[in-house]
This record gives sequence, C-alpha cells and structure tokens, in this order.
Amino acid sequence: MPLTIVKQGKRVRLVSVEAGRDLKSRLAAMGLIPGAEIDVLRNANHGPFIISVLGSRIMLGRGMAMKIMVA
Amino acid sequence: MNSHVTIALAGNPNSGKTTIFNELTGARQHVGNYPGVTVERKEGFRTYGEIRFTIVDLPGTYSLTAYSEEELAARNYIISEKPDVIVDVLDSSNLERNLYLAVQLIELKVPLVLVFNMSDMAKARGYAYDIEKLSLLLGCPIVETVGHKGKGMKDLLDTITKMAEKSKCEKTSDGEYSSTLPVFLKARSREYRLRRHEIAYGKEIEEEITRISSLLGNNGLAAGAYDSRWLALKLLENDEQLRALVSSSTVDEQVDQSISKIEKVLGETPETYIAGRRYGFISGACLETVRSTIEIRHTISDKIDFVVTHRFLGLPVFLGLMYLTFHLTFTLGNPPMTWIEDFFGWLGGVIGGWWPAESSSLLKSLLIDGIIGGVGGVIVFLPNILLLFLAIAILEDSGYMARAAFIMDRMMHKIGLHGKSFIPMLIGFGCSVPAIMATRTLESRRDRIATIMIIPLMSCGARLPIYALIIPAFFPQMWHAPMLFGIYIIGILLAVIIAKLLRSTVLKGESIPFVMELPPYRLPVLKGVLIHVWERGRLYLKKAGTIILGISIVMWAMTAFPGLPAGEAARFEMMRQEITIGNMTDEKKARRLASIENKEAEAALRTSIAGRIGHGLEPVLKPMGFDWKIGTALIGAFAAKEVFVAQMGIMYSVGDADKESETLREKLRSAYTPLVGFCIMLFCLISAPCMATIAITMRESNSWRWALFQLGGLTLLAFVLTMLVFQAGSLIGLGTQ
Repeated sequence: MPLTIVKQGKRVRLVSVEAGRDLKSRLAAMGLIPGAEIDVLRNANHGPFIISVLGSRIMLGRGMAMKIMVA
Repeated sequence: MNSHVTIALAGNPNSGKTTIFNELTGARQHVGNYPGVTVERKEGFRTYGEIRFTIVDLPGTYSLTAYSEEELAARNYIISEKPDVIVDVLDSSNLERNLYLAVQLIELKVPLVLVFNMSDMAKARGYAYDIEKLSLLLGCPIVETVGHKGKGMKDLLDTITKMAEKSKCEKTSDGEYSSTLPVFLKARSREYRLRRHEIAYGKEIEEEITRISSLLGNNGLAAGAYDSRWLALKLLENDEQLRALVSSSTVDEQVDQSISKIEKVLGETPETYIAGRRYGFISGACLETVRSTIEIRHTISDKIDFVVTHRFLGLPVFLGLMYLTFHLTFTLGNPPMTWIEDFFGWLGGVIGGWWPAESSSLLKSLLIDGIIGGVGGVIVFLPNILLLFLAIAILEDSGYMARAAFIMDRMMHKIGLHGKSFIPMLIGFGCSVPAIMATRTLESRRDRIATIMIIPLMSCGARLPIYALIIPAFFPQMWHAPMLFGIYIIGILLAVIIAKLLRSTVLKGESIPFVMELPPYRLPVLKGVLIHVWERGRLYLKKAGTIILGISIVMWAMTAFPGLPAGEAARFEMMRQEITIGNMTDEKKARRLASIENKEAEAALRTSIAGRIGHGLEPVLKPMGFDWKIGTALIGAFAAKEVFVAQMGIMYSVGDADKESETLREKLRSAYTPLVGFCIMLFCLISAPCMATIAITMRESNSWRWALFQLGGLTLLAFVLTMLVFQAGSLIGLGTQ
C-alpha cells in the first residue's frame, strides 16, 4: 500500500519506491531503502508528511509519499 | 615536513560541518565559487604547529552519487583537486545515516578522517561507542568532537597532521592516492584487513565489478583518476557523469549488460541493491560497536514541532516570527543609526569648516554632498542590515527554516511550487544573489526557474535602507513596523501571483515530488552566527566603499555639471545685488537672499546632466507621482538598490541652499506627500532587480532570455502597479499634503 494511507503514529516497513532512479537514489541516501522502518509522525490528509527513518525526520511531499510502497 | 596541507570538509547537511569549519578557521575565511559551477566554496586558513592548513568546506551532501550540483561539486573537488586529507563530519547522534557518505568515501580510498561531532548530544541520548573497534572496522581514524564548544579540535588537528604526512608520502609522483591505510592499522589482524573498506556486495555484484574493472584496467582510465573498484561500482550504479567520462564503447556495453543482468537476477536495480548492502554493512558495524540505551533523539524537537508544524498554529507562529524579525530590525537598529548619522553630520561640519562659509568650491561640494551624502547615507543603515542578517542566520541555524518550508508547502502547492522553494525565497529577504544560488536544491528546472523569477520580489536587505529612509519620513511612529511588514507582505503576495501565472503558462508542468530533512532544533552557535553576520556586514561596507562610492561620485558630477549658463548666473547675481542695495530691513533682505539662492540652486540642478535626464523621463514618471529627482535616483538604484538613498541625499544637499538645518527625511517630508513616499517604496520593491541579480539569474538559468524577462517584466509590473496606486490614491484625496 502507498504511504499516503498510513495513519499518523503508525510504524511501517518500506517495500519499494515506485519512482525514477534519481529520486530512488536520493531517497536511498537518506535511508529510505527496502526494509527500512518508517514512523509516520504527521499525516494530516493533506499537505506534506513528516516521517522518521534511521533517527532523522524527513519531510515528504504528498506526491512523493504516493510513490512509496509500505507494508 | 611539508608545511602546507589542504583539507576538505565533507559531511551530511546538518552534521555541524560549518561549526567545525568555524572552530578550525575562526574568521579567517574566504568565500568563492567552485570552478564551472556556481556553488559557493568556502575556504579558511589555520596555522597549527609548523603547518599551514587550507580548509575547504564542501557543500553538505548525503552521498557521492552526484544528483545535484552541490553533490557534483563536492565529488569533483575530492576526485580532481585531491586534497591531502578529507575530513568527514558526522552527526554522531544519527550515526547510521551519516555513515552512508563515510562508507562511500572509504570506498573511494582517499586519506580520510572521520569526525564524530556532537558527541555530547549522542551521549545524552544514550549512545555509547566503541570508537577503537569502529575505527578498525571502517579502516580510518575517528575523532570525537563537540563542535560548538570547540572540544576535540586539538585531537582532530593532530590526527589530520598524521594523516597528511602519511598521505603525502604515499601520493605518487603524479599526485594520485594510493592505499592510505594508517600504519597503526596495518599491523592489526588479518581478519580485519580482509574486512577493511571493502564492503562485500554479494556474488552477483562482485562478479560484475570484476568484469568491469578488468576492462577499465585495460582502458588505462581507472589507473588515472579513480580507484578502479570504486569506478566500476559507480558505473553499475549508473552514474551519468562517470559513464560519460568513461568514453569507451566496450566498457559502456559491459555496464549495460551487467545492469540488466543484475536487474534480472536480483529483481532490483543495482543502485537500490548496492545502497541496501551499504546500509547492511553499516548496521552490522554499528551492531558490534554502538550501544543505544534509550531512543530519545528528537523528543524535544518533536515537541516543538508539534506546535510549530501544527495545522492551525503553524502559520500564525511563522507570521509572528517574521513580524518580530522586522520589528526588531527597526527598533533595535534605531539608536546606533542615530549615532552613525550624527557622526557623518559632525564629519561634514568639520570638513565644511576647511572652507569659508560662502565658498562654492567644487571640492567641498564633492566631499560633503557627493561622498558624505552618498556613501554616508548608505552606511547609516548598516545596523539594520546586520540585524536582518542576524535574524536570518538564527532562523537558519536553529533548524526553523525547514519547518517554514513545511508550513508553506500547502500554500506553495496552490501556486504550483512546493515547500522547498520557500527556503530560497526566505533567504531572498537577505539578498537575492545567494537566494538564487540556493534554488539549486530544487530538482525540477521548471520549479527552479519559477522560483528564480519571483525571488527579486522578496524584498532584499539592500532595499531596506530605502524603506528605513521613507517610512519614518512620512509615517507616524506606531505605523513603522506594520508599514515595513506590509511592504514585505505585498512582495510575497505578488510573488505568489506571478509564480502561479508562470506555472500555468510558460512553465507549465507537473510538480516534482519533494523530500527534505527536518534537522533537529539546535541552539544557534554564537560564533557561527557572528561570523556570518560579520561577513555580510563586511560585504555591505565593501560595497559602500567601492560601487556606491563610485556611483555617488558619478551621480554627484551629473548633478553638479555643467552648471548654470553664464547668462542665467549673471541674472541671479543681479537680483542679489538689487536686494543688497535696496531699501529693506536686514531681516527681510536675508530672507529674500536665501530664497534667491534656493531658486538659483534649483535652476542649476535643472540644467545639470542628471536634471536633464530626469526631465526627459518625466512623461513616464509623472503618472506614478514621481518628479525628475526621484527618477534619477531610480536609475542609480539599478546598479545597487542602496544608491537610491545615496542619490536622494546628493540631490537634496546639492539643490538646497540652507543645508545643515534639515535632515534628508525632513526635506523629503516637505517635498512629497506620504502617498508619493509609499509609491517610491512600492516601485523600488517591484522594479528592476539590481545588476548583480540579473547577472546571477543569467548564469543560474543559463539563459539571457530569462534574465531579460525578469528585468523587463518586473519593471513593467512596477510601473503599472505604482501608477494604479498613485492614481487611485490621488483620486480619493490621499495625494494632498
């Protein structure tokens, strides 16, 4: 499922990133690789996300979150 | 010992790299550009023992995979300039993510020192490291530091020195790196040596690496600039720059083959897989050496974020902070401003005293009207500028800037941009030039161009003197801060509208998804903030002493020459004589004489070069409520916005017979209405960005068309809007005094 439907406060695991290789590598460098644990800190149904991965807080645009598949 | 050592500082954004840089170099810094790209390059110097260090602060990057210009600049510097030692600064309270870059530097086999910065924070958060073991696993020395307290600097310099000696010995004649494993590590166990800086990528990848690097070896290229294993790995990661560099069709074919093979076998692109292995290696190393008792990183940060990024509270908090910034800029800046004003007043008096009171010496006029009036008028606003940059530096260093991007994201989406574009816009309040350079963090060219186009509407620090001159001249005290705030808001609103227009016409296209880190909040480091503010202040004074001085002199000459024609001058002289010999009281005589002097000066100004140009422009100026004096000042403002203030100062001291009695503000108040004052600010806010901005737009957008579009479009917009405001204002009776 895409990260967009994950509720605030939940923890999920990244499965894949459905994006071009540029974006994929950028996310990988920030720790967003398959298997990574993601805490959704803020998902207000609109506007950007705040997630926690590898101990850092990362802000994602909604469009970006749509491309991140989690389980 | 060779006495000169070059160090490159690398590291993730927010790892405290700049703090370490400031600690190492103090204020001995120099900002320039990387060759070929417009990424700022900071260099600093330090003498330690007998060694002179040159320290280069590389842009903050997450990896060496060159996706943005910053990353490319960092990587190219390391690869082609070959610094003696590379120091990678890591945020040790967030080690795993930070080690990702370190691991890539290790693979590059450069002489490397790791700095575990913010080690106090890490300890407070319950992390304990086995530094020695980690150093063995990674194959490079590790130094623990606390950047903002200057702890560990001596240790760091010692380690760098040792590493530099080693690296200099091992650099071959053509300056290549060879294996630079420190001696003390070479003696360690065989097991360690097998593991050191060779991450095993698994059978499938390793096979392809061998295949590619054997081709590279034959090619002779790998022996040159890169380590062949590293290069093979980068090619597998499909690194475009490096693939273009390796211009061999055999290698190219092999890489394509390898990539598709890996994708088939592993079901993943090589770069994702390689990234996964790297993180695997890192978490393995951390498992052995890092003990974390509690997970408390970010707790305070998260609490602040709860309020600051709150759905309803976020925006008011942001606007409140902005308002506070402008309010403080004005109120705190006022007293020192008066001191500087008084100083120049006194200086003018002293210099004026060298000549007899009635003297019409040109030199006197140049010194007092041209230089003191022009340059002094600009320097007066130094306190405001310093305060503004202080506020921006604090917002940036504390980590709030990234939150502003979060808060503004929804609004920015409505205009077709996203939150990330907002950071360059905020920097634009300081100066458009670094702001336009900061757009490089935006991934999409459309977003970038749109952002560059609207940045000049973010009212920059150079325009502040204009407002600081005009607002108190025309408006009561209680209006000052709201007025200033209002001007900035007008700029932002216009930027929003224009961005929307651009994104739905010439720059149509989908917005690229964005991602950025929210760094934990930190107390800004005083030293860093002060260095930043000092640097900006120095640049401002330098500008005042060079460009503005030069333009002031030119402008003065344009107002002083060619002077009144002989016939005219004789006519005024005759009028004077008539009064002197006439039958009047002395008091009346003096008043009449002064009035004639005024008329004469006014007439001289009218016939001067500046006056003629101004008069020529009057058809355009009139609809906006401007006279020719304002017109000439606006022309000067194109060179640098502050010149407007300087030029008004010159015009009103040259063209005014009784000088010392009034300040420029008082003169303006008697010459114009508040409506005209407001129109001046409005026009200066919107119109033609300064030459430096146009130049940087041209360079960053790589097209003179965008630069011309920016120049012409904004000036036209300024004209139309100011005209509308003036005409509407006059209609409802605001134009009267």
